[in-house]
Amino acid sequence: MALSKDSGKGRARASLPPWFKTTVLTLGSIAVTMLGLLFVTFIIGRVMPIDPVLAIVGERASQSTYDAVFLELGLDKPLVVQFAYYIWDVLQLDFGTSLLNARPVSEDIARVFPATLELATLGIFIGIVIGVPLGVVAAARKGSWIDQLARVLALVGYSMPIFWLGLMGLLIFYGILGWVGGPGRVGIFYVDVVPSVTGLILVDAAIDGNWDVFRDAFSHIILPASLLGYFSLAYISRMTRSFMLEQLSAEYITTARVKGMSEWDVIWKHAFKNIRVQLITVIALSYANLLEGSVLTEIIFSWPGIGSYITTALLSADMNAVLGGTVVVGLIFILLNIFSDLLYKVFDPRAK
Amino acid sequence: MDHLLDVENLWVRFPTRQGIFDAVRGVSFTLGRERLGIVGESGSGKSMTGRAILRLIRPPGQVEADHIKLDGVDLMQKSEKDMRDVRGERISMVMQDPKFSLNPVMTIGDQIIEAYRLHNRVSKSIAWTKALEMLEAVSIRDPDRVMRAYPHEMSGGMGQRIMIAMMLIPNPEILIADEPTSALDVSVQRQVLDIMDKLVKERGMGLIFISHDLNLVADFCDRVLIMYAGRIVEVCDADKLHDAQHPYTRGLLNSLPRLDAPRDRLEVLTRDPAWSEAPSVSGRV
Amino acid sequence: MAEQTLRAWLLTDTPTSRRHAKLSALYQGWLSFRSNTMAMIGLGILLALVLVAAAAPILSPHDPFAQDLGNRLAPLGTDGHVLGTDSLGRDILSRLIYGARITLYIVALVALIAPVVGLLVGTVSGYLGGWIDIVLMRITDIFLAFPRLVLALAFVAALGAGIENAVIAISLTAWPPYARIARAETLTIRSSDYISAIKLQGAGGLRIITKHIWPLCVSSLIVRVTLDMAGIILAAAGLGFLGLGAQPPSPEWGAMISEGRRFILDHWWVATMPGLAIFTVSLAFNLLGDGLRDVLDPKAGE
Repeated sequence: MALSKDSGKGRARASLPPWFKTTVLTLGSIAVTMLGLLFVTFIIGRVMPIDPVLAIVGERASQSTYDAVFLELGLDKPLVVQFAYYIWDVLQLDFGTSLLNARPVSEDIARVFPATLELATLGIFIGIVIGVPLGVVAAARKGSWIDQLARVLALVGYSMPIFWLGLMGLLIFYGILGWVGGPGRVGIFYVDVVPSVTGLILVDAAIDGNWDVFRDAFSHIILPASLLGYFSLAYISRMTRSFMLEQLSAEYITTARVKGMSEWDVIWKHAFKNIRVQLITVIALSYANLLEGSVLTEIIFSWPGIGSYITTALLSADMNAVLGGTVVVGLIFILLNIFSDLLYKVFDPRAK
Repeated sequence: MDHLLDVENLWVRFPTRQGIFDAVRGVSFTLGRERLGIVGESGSGKSMTGRAILRLIRPPGQVEADHIKLDGVDLMQKSEKDMRDVRGERISMVMQDPKFSLNPVMTIGDQIIEAYRLHNRVSKSIAWTKALEMLEAVSIRDPDRVMRAYPHEMSGGMGQRIMIAMMLIPNPEILIADEPTSALDVSVQRQVLDIMDKLVKERGMGLIFISHDLNLVADFCDRVLIMYAGRIVEVCDADKLHDAQHPYTRGLLNSLPRLDAPRDRLEVLTRDPAWSEAPSVSGRV
Repeated sequence: MAEQTLRAWLLTDTPTSRRHAKLSALYQGWLSFRSNTMAMIGLGILLALVLVAAAAPILSPHDPFAQDLGNRLAPLGTDGHVLGTDSLGRDILSRLIYGARITLYIVALVALIAPVVGLLVGTVSGYLGGWIDIVLMRITDIFLAFPRLVLALAFVAALGAGIENAVIAISLTAWPPYARIARAETLTIRSSDYISAIKLQGAGGLRIITKHIWPLCVSSLIVRVTLDMAGIILAAAGLGFLGLGAQPPSPEWGAMISEGRRFILDHWWVATMPGLAIFTVSLAFNLLGDGLRDVLDPKAGE
């Protein structure tokens, strides 16, 4: 205790502003986490049983060709040096070339990523719009039928295999009822009809003013997005409920009631304001989880996103593509965490 | 004496796993333009009594009473919506710890203005001026800065004065003060009490002062109800508290150190089960 | 009569020995757990699952691997095949029954590996503190920073597909939360007076960790493990579905859904039945976990 106090004084004497210290600390911890992430993928890439040289030169190459590629890949260098090369490449967004189509992995990822982004964003939107009010009402009317409903919804959501629910959804809403479009982002007649500006088909169609495409794309995205939305609303509503219960038992809520406020205002103007910060963290977390949950959903719905990309690459042992995709998803995870930390500081007066 | 408040046979009940727990059991009293103290240990039902008057006991808790009349109108008969016009505007309450009773993410100004505008249809700028006046009335220096500050930037004494300002700004007739100084430093307790006393007197309000501190109540109030296990066991004038008759009150008094009558060893309160069985004494005047 | 006295002995307020007190606490925990209907249902389902897995050869009407191409994709209720047959004419019910063994195997292995690793890392980190704590917690953070399924995918890709590798991959992604919990518990326990008292009596770090800190971390870990079980089952099924877990012809439930996926629109039961099985079992774990949390860790409820 005494020690830490002394060192605190020492820093104060060095006259660095406190925000500088926190910024350096935050950046440092982000850098360490990212380094760790790259280290893990690097190790995975090294321990895997597939010989990267053979994968490039093929089974029948001569020993001299093999040796040349071996040197070219830097595999003769110590692991530390190889790791440094790896970091250097990743920093330039170079994840190597895909063994399948011989194109740079980064290009492939840039191409498939918007599809995942569109799906996950619509999913989280559904999750927030339904999950937050549901959680708030469940807390305000604790023990009521709506609270029970929220509980059952969450319990089922936690217990359901997402890919199976997706199949059931396809079976019922596409196969039997015919309400929604089937697998894929758009029907075959609408493929590549609107020019790709953002890569998000709904947005592109709106920009182009082509509402037929918009409608078709919407009928394709709504089922997988609702599915992802359901899984995030299970989590969001549960967390919202427990945050709200904590706030509603706080004394300042009694103060608001003593003032003569309506229960609606007490809940939304006072209690809800106090859970915004926690809620942001939860939403950022479940957005990250959606990106991950989309791996299985994309397979079911033949959605050409990063999840499909990683799995396809995996099944054909295209390691550069797998690791590239993993690094990108990991980086998004980290960025979302930083983002929620920053918002935290904006919304909570005590954090300043 | 005209009664601001007339409470008859008030019960507060909570269902528990072991059956129904009666937190307040058949309490009756009246309040005029006076300072009425309610004393008791924790769990004696004194806070519950205060909250029950405002009908702020949350389900599953239940409030029952023959009547709780405010200026002759029974609050028990009012709808929840009508009660909202009573809360704040006619009866208000200051709670124990400003650290918890102020909303941590709203500025103090917003919270005071909100209290005023809930009952007065005025513009924000008028409410702002009014709030400034009120902060000055509770001796807050630099009220402009305080209006823009957040609760965590305030000391306990300031927080409680802000709380008083916020609760008195709609100009209620009755203030319930629930242990208003217990969480404060001893050095500022007196100051907060004096401010509250002055405002209550100026406005001709009735004050219900809930506390566990016998000496403080004897000193500060006009009349005292002593509660034990959900009942009123004794009613007396505050200046005659030290001559109280009930063995519980005597026990409480004897367990306190006194400068004028020093003793080697303070008494330990022994409880007689008969106290909690005996019917409630009426605090009506 | 004897039962009555045993009950009284278990419910006593004045236990006569340490074992007595322990048994009494267990019994009272059981009593409050038993009053939770949903948790009891969960427990019942899981017990049934264990029984079914154990008695699989007796219970299953057919050999789960026996193909009958003449009778493929038979619908529900077909003679001799209550749940129909799959694309190779194998009896779906028999495959589900044998699949229970695989599910239990995966769950048991992960439940043995991940919490133990987490407990080790967390208690060592929390007890020793200093730079060891910093390094271990940074590593934990790095693993937490990964999306779990994607990391598991990458691990399986490196290790090769198969049940054991799926178990390793899931465990590798599942231990960090346990380490966090164990560390937090350790930090509270470490600074308590009775630990100081034991130290004064000359107990070393190893003894304190194993004899005094571990036992106290266990209850919160058990709750967390039970609640995580559903996630583990779903992750294992997901890997199986992607063809990275159990390999054909193994009757693993996720892999069965993957097989049935091709026929979903015309022969819906092939994929539906194993999905229902996964759902039921993970629901049971969730119900049990909720109930256990209420008994063992009442603060965390609500």
